[in-house]
Amino acid sequence: MIWVDTVAQGILLGGLYALFAAGLSLVFGIMRLVNLAHGDLIVVGAYLILLLVTLLGLPPFLAALVAMPLMFALGWGLQKFLLNRTLGDDILPPLLVTFGLSIVFQNALLEGFSADSQRLPTDALTTASVAIGPLNLGVMPLLTFASAVAVIVGLNQLFYRTSLGRAFRATSDDPVTASLMGIKPASIFATATGIALIIVTIAALYLGLRANFDPNIGPARLIYAFEAVIIGGLGSLWGTLLGGIIIGVAQTVGAAINPEWQILAGHLAFLAVLLVRPRGLFPRAND
Amino acid sequence: MITRRSLLKGSAATGLTVAAGGLAAPAIAQDAKIRLGYVSPQSGPLAAFSEADQFIIDGFLGSDAGANFEVIVKDSQSNPNRAAEVAKELILDDEIDMMLVSSTPETTNPVATTCEAEEIPVISTVAPWQPWFIGQQGDPGTWEPFDYSFHFFWGLEDVISVFTAMWNQLDTNKQVGALFPNDGDGNAWGDPTVGFPPVLDAQGYALTDTGRYQNLTDDFSAQINAFKAASTEIVTGVPIPPDFTTFWTQAKQQGFTPKAASIGKAILFPQAVEALGDQGHNLSSEVWWSPNHPFNSSLSGQSAGELAQAYSAATGRQWTQPIGFVHALFEMAADVMGRTGDTGDADAVAEAIAASQVESIVGRIAFDGAGLPPFAARNVAKTPLVGGQWRLKDSGGYDLVIVDNSDHPDVPTGGTMEPIL
Repeated sequence: MIWVDTVAQGILLGGLYALFAAGLSLVFGIMRLVNLAHGDLIVVGAYLILLLVTLLGLPPFLAALVAMPLMFALGWGLQKFLLNRTLGDDILPPLLVTFGLSIVFQNALLEGFSADSQRLPTDALTTASVAIGPLNLGVMPLLTFASAVAVIVGLNQLFYRTSLGRAFRATSDDPVTASLMGIKPASIFATATGIALIIVTIAALYLGLRANFDPNIGPARLIYAFEAVIIGGLGSLWGTLLGGIIIGVAQTVGAAINPEWQILAGHLAFLAVLLVRPRGLFPRAND
Repeated sequence: MITRRSLLKGSAATGLTVAAGGLAAPAIAQDAKIRLGYVSPQSGPLAAFSEADQFIIDGFLGSDAGANFEVIVKDSQSNPNRAAEVAKELILDDEIDMMLVSSTPETTNPVATTCEAEEIPVISTVAPWQPWFIGQQGDPGTWEPFDYSFHFFWGLEDVISVFTAMWNQLDTNKQVGALFPNDGDGNAWGDPTVGFPPVLDAQGYALTDTGRYQNLTDDFSAQINAFKAASTEIVTGVPIPPDFTTFWTQAKQQGFTPKAASIGKAILFPQAVEALGDQGHNLSSEVWWSPNHPFNSSLSGQSAGELAQAYSAATGRQWTQPIGFVHALFEMAADVMGRTGDTGDADAVAEAIAASQVESIVGRIAFDGAGLPPFAARNVAKTPLVGGQWRLKDSGGYDLVIVDNSDHPDVPTGGTMEPIL
């Protein structure tokens, strides 16, 4: 029975990783930009939610709703005025700039909020669980997983059912031809990063409810997100979810055998997938 | 490593010193202030340890004894390499007379090693003495006392003694589950010869140690399942704060509540306990210093309680344990330099440190080897360690109540150990 529990906990953990990864996947899929500040942006989001909770007395979920448009604006501005200038044939400038941003965010947060470890105020919900057969599944991990699925479904609808999604796909395939059709890649990119930061806000909410965060915790959260995106296949959103689940399950199964192998097992699963499918599980037709 | 550049830089600096010293030394020496270097992690993941630094240093410089000193503060950025680098800067560029360093082996060790090599006296604190001593010396065959490095704090044997004394107050089945991460602390606590296992064995406790997990693990269901299978009633360990929150939340979700949870490191700071919401009630931890400790500052005469209150009044923040120890570090500096004839003579200063008998705000600091193995006796002074429990206040927030003082009866208790419900 422990094995069923182990796999169930792993799948739920995978939801968290997929949530961390979805924004990254979106940005990478559309503009081939590897955002090394993604983890720090999640922490920025968590602090923004914390600020709204303490200043306005809002419950965390409502505060996250309020934070979303603010984060969208941050992402839009960041892309429009900074990151767009770094995009080009050379892949190094965006890497360097986002790496620099990561340090800037960490130290700005340290200056503003001190190094204290923080957490969003929690209530009975945090430790609540539901018994499904012999399993005790936490309500919070279930919500996290459900949110991850909802985000992926939502993004897929956006990509394949709206004109904005069409513009996203067109720009992603060929920005030059897309701009001949009247699409401005620069503003498409800005909108995409804005949307990515809305997803970041959702990830931040669960990060903050789940455990402590402090200004320096971002980069540690980034690595699993990266692995999830790459396992899933660049640009595939469902792949990102599956990638997150693979890492989550590998970790919990590894830990069940020996807790010393928990993190290692996740990384090994990542390598194993790359060995068999170097371009990920669901790569897009041609990149 | 000596590179061409650092050699040139170094010799240029010493060359200048000699030149300037030869010409100007006699004239300045009369009213020159004693230069203290201070290294601590003011930014980065360890920054919570250093939050009271500025408050303590301002207080020190404002005191009568402090007027004779100049304190040059450097930030280690929670990075051991950076700590060694700034220590070098302090020694070569700022020409300090003595080094003070605090908070975690990651800061104290590189700085002490640098000072020992450069023959500058150094006093360090806020790191258990084993990682400080053994961490710098390596292979036991070559252990020898330091000439210029001195350290005051408690050791692993004190934590073990405090934790088991707290558990002995409760009626449990003596099944202990361990959360030892794969880092310096976790490996030391879980060490089969000097860590928890032999002592627990001797006292009749059974230990469920699932192995060294990596820090920032997101899922602890494997440990929780193992603890449940062994019907563990006590949990101990030395996780980092986010990991303990993850573990504790997950344990509650999966219906695992031990009677006692005695945790090092993770619940040191009240902010970290508050992060647990109302789930932190009756968690227990080692206590190195509290406002109720019956000690007074040798600098200002303030009691522990008055110092904590002054800190809260000045910053609007709750007291934390490092405050007392950083203050004691500057007490040591004032006391040592007050007893030294020539404060620029490293050997005289080191001798004065070794002869210290300071009644400080963290208790008596004397390098007399009490409670220490012979190899560490010259360089380490032990301060009292007691056990405490975090109690939820009616008004919200937590109070740290001392519940065990069996090793140091002079520190008053505020209650007795209560089981977690």
